Amino acid sequence: MKMTMAQALNACLDQELARDPDIIILGEDVGKDGGVFRVTERLQEKYGKERVMDTPLAESAIVGASIGMAAMGMRPVPEIQFDGFSLLAYHQVLCHMARMRNRTRGRFTLPVVLRIPYGGGIKALEHHGEGIESLYAHLPGIVVVAPSTPYEAKGLLATALESKDPVIFLEPKKLYRAFKDEVPEERYTIPFGKARIAKEGSQVSVITYGSMAPMVLEVAQELQQEGISAEVVDLRTLNPCDWNTVIESVKKTGRAVVVHEAVKTLGFASEVIARINERAFYSLRAPPKRVTGWDTIIPLLASEDYFFPDKRRVKAAVKEAMEG
Amino acid sequence: MPIKKVYEGSVDYLQILDEKGNVDRKLEPKLPPELLKRMFELMLLTRAYDDKSVKLQRQGRMGTYAPILGQEAVGVGAALALRKEDWALPTYRETQVYIAKGVPLEKIFMYWKGIEEGMYFPEGTNCFPFAIPISTHLPHALGIAFALKRANKKQVMLTFVGDGGTSQGDFHESLNFAGVWQVPLVVVIVNNQWAISVPRSEQSHAKTLAQKALAYGIPCVQVDGNDALAVYKAVSDAAGNAREGKGPMLIEAVTYRMSMHTTADDPTKYRSQKEVDYWKMRDPIDRFRKYLQRKKLWTKDYEAKALERFAKEIDVAVAAMEAYKGDPHDMFRYVWSDITDNLKEQMAEMDRSYAAGDKA
Repeated sequence: MKMTMAQALNACLDQELARDPDIIILGEDVGKDGGVFRVTERLQEKYGKERVMDTPLAESAIVGASIGMAAMGMRPVPEIQFDGFSLLAYHQVLCHMARMRNRTRGRFTLPVVLRIPYGGGIKALEHHGEGIESLYAHLPGIVVVAPSTPYEAKGLLATALESKDPVIFLEPKKLYRAFKDEVPEERYTIPFGKARIAKEGSQVSVITYGSMAPMVLEVAQELQQEGISAEVVDLRTLNPCDWNTVIESVKKTGRAVVVHEAVKTLGFASEVIARINERAFYSLRAPPKRVTGWDTIIPLLASEDYFFPDKRRVKAAVKEAMEG
Repeated sequence: MPIKKVYEGSVDYLQILDEKGNVDRKLEPKLPPELLKRMFELMLLTRAYDDKSVKLQRQGRMGTYAPILGQEAVGVGAALALRKEDWALPTYRETQVYIAKGVPLEKIFMYWKGIEEGMYFPEGTNCFPFAIPISTHLPHALGIAFALKRANKKQVMLTFVGDGGTSQGDFHESLNFAGVWQVPLVVVIVNNQWAISVPRSEQSHAKTLAQKALAYGIPCVQVDGNDALAVYKAVSDAAGNAREGKGPMLIEAVTYRMSMHTTADDPTKYRSQKEVDYWKMRDPIDRFRKYLQRKKLWTKDYEAKALERFAKEIDVAVAAMEAYKGDPHDMFRYVWSDITDNLKEQMAEMDRSYAAGDKA
C-alpha cells in the first residue's frame, strides 16, 4: 500500500497497540487531535483514552512519568510535539532514562519509545526545526533512530516497540508527507545498529540519515548520469551506529562525504569522520567532507533555505571529493 | 457586579506527640505494641547506621554521604504506614525508608561506597532508586503510581522531596499531573529548613509548603516531622484514601537537618548553634522514648540490647560492603541490553590499558 511516512507511523502504532496491551501513547494533543502531525490520528477513537492519553502540557513530566511506567512493565510511547521542546525533558533522558539499567544493574529497564519530530523544512516558528540528534546520540544507554522513508519508518518503529532499551525515535518533519512509498500492511521489523546501503556505488561514499537521505539519494542518482558512482549509506540508527558498514563502504570507495542538517561543530558527521580516520585512513584518496547546517542559530523561516544542505551543496561537495 | 470568592483553602497542622513526650489521646493512632517498638527500633537503627556512615566516610572507607540525623521519624513513620506491596521512592536523605522496606543494609552501604550493585534492590522490597538531581524523581513516582492504578491492585506509591525540591519544575509538574490523573501517590515534603545553605524562608514566600498542593486540587496537611506518630497517621490516612481510588495527597513534614548537607559541607558557615540547639530539644527519638516509657514498653536494658544488636548488624553489613569485589567490566555490561560492538572494543582496550594490574 502506498503511504506517506506519517501514515506508515500511524499504521505501525495501530498494529502495535493491538499487539501489545502494555503499550500506551501519551503526550500533548495526541488524543482527539491525533497529534500536531496527525501521527496518532484516530488511535484514541479505536483504543480509548486509557491507551492514547492527552496529558497536561509539561514535557518533563510526560517523559519522567514514562520512566516510572516503563519501570513497572508498561511500554509508554510519549510524543513531544517539536524537537525544540524536547529539551524541557532532556534532563529526564540524560539523567534517568539513559541510565536506569546501569544504575540498578539491570533491575529496572526502561522500554520507552520517545517520539520526537526533528529537523526543519516545514516553515514553522523558532524551536520547531532543530537539529538535536547529536544531543541524544551523545548519551550512552539510549537508542537513537532517524528513519528516512515510510517503509523504513514503519519497520524501525516496530523494532523500537519491542526494544529492551529506551529509544529516541526522531521523525523527520519534512518527510512526514514529502512522498509516498510502498509499505507492507503486515508487521515487519528492521534491526537496530544495521545501516542500509540506499544505493551502491564505487567512487565515493555519501553517509547520511533521516531527513537528508532522500535528497542525497536523488543527488547520487543524478551524479550517476554524470558518470560519478556514489554509494549512499543511510545510518538508520545513530546510536548504536553501524560503523562496520561505514568503514567497509569508505574502504571500497576511498572517499567520504557526510550530510546532515544539524550544525557542523560536533554534529554527527564529526563522529563519522573520526571513525573513518581511525579505521580507514589509509584507504582515503581525498580529505573527508561535511555538508551540514552552518554553525549559526537556525534562521527563522524567511531564510531557512539558506541553512539546510541542499542538492547543490551536496553535489558540489561530492565533486570536490572526486577531485581530491 | 459584586466580586465573588471562587476559591478558599486552608492547611491543618498535625502533632500527636510533642517534644516532651505528651500524647494527644484523641489523635493517637491505636497501634499494637510491636509496631510502636519497631518504629522506635528503626529510628535507633537509622541513627546508628547514619553515625557509622559518617565515620566510614571520615575514615576514607566510604564516599560522600548525606546524613539523616534528626530526620529519622519522617522516613520511618511514613514507611511503616505502607503495606508490603506498596512502593517507595525516597530522597538520598531518607534511606531509612529503604531499611524499613527491607532493603539489606549492606546494599545501602555499597551504594554510598560507589558500588552500583547497591541499587539492585531485591525483588519484593518494592523500592525505586532515588535521584541525585533534586525533584527529578517525582515524575518517576508519578509514572509508577499511574502503573499501579492501571494494574488495579490497590497499591500506593510513596515518595519524598525536600523543602528546596518544592522550588523545582518537576515538583509542580508531577503534582499537577497527579491531580489530573488521580493516581495513588503520596508525596512527603521533608522540610528540614535548609537546602544546603539556603534557609526555608528564602526558598518560598508561601506560609506553608503543604499549601502548594491546593493549587493542583490535591489535599494536603502539615505535620510535625519529628513526631513519628503524626507522620505515621498522616501517611496512613493518605495511603488509605489513595488505595480506595481517592487520588494523591501532599504532606509537609516539618523537621530539621541536625547535621551537614553532606560530608562535604560545613553548616557552621551559614547557621547558628542556637538554632541547632533549639531543634535538639525536639529530637524525634528522645520524645518517642518517653512515649514508650509511659506505655511501659521501654527499659534501659531493652534499648541497650537493641543497640547492641544493631551494632552487630551494621558490622556485618560493613564487612559485606568491604568484601565486595566489583568487576569494572560491569560498566560496559549494563549500558544496553546487549554489549554493543563499540563497547566490546572499548572493554578490550581497557583490559589492554590495565593489563599490568595497576588499576583494575
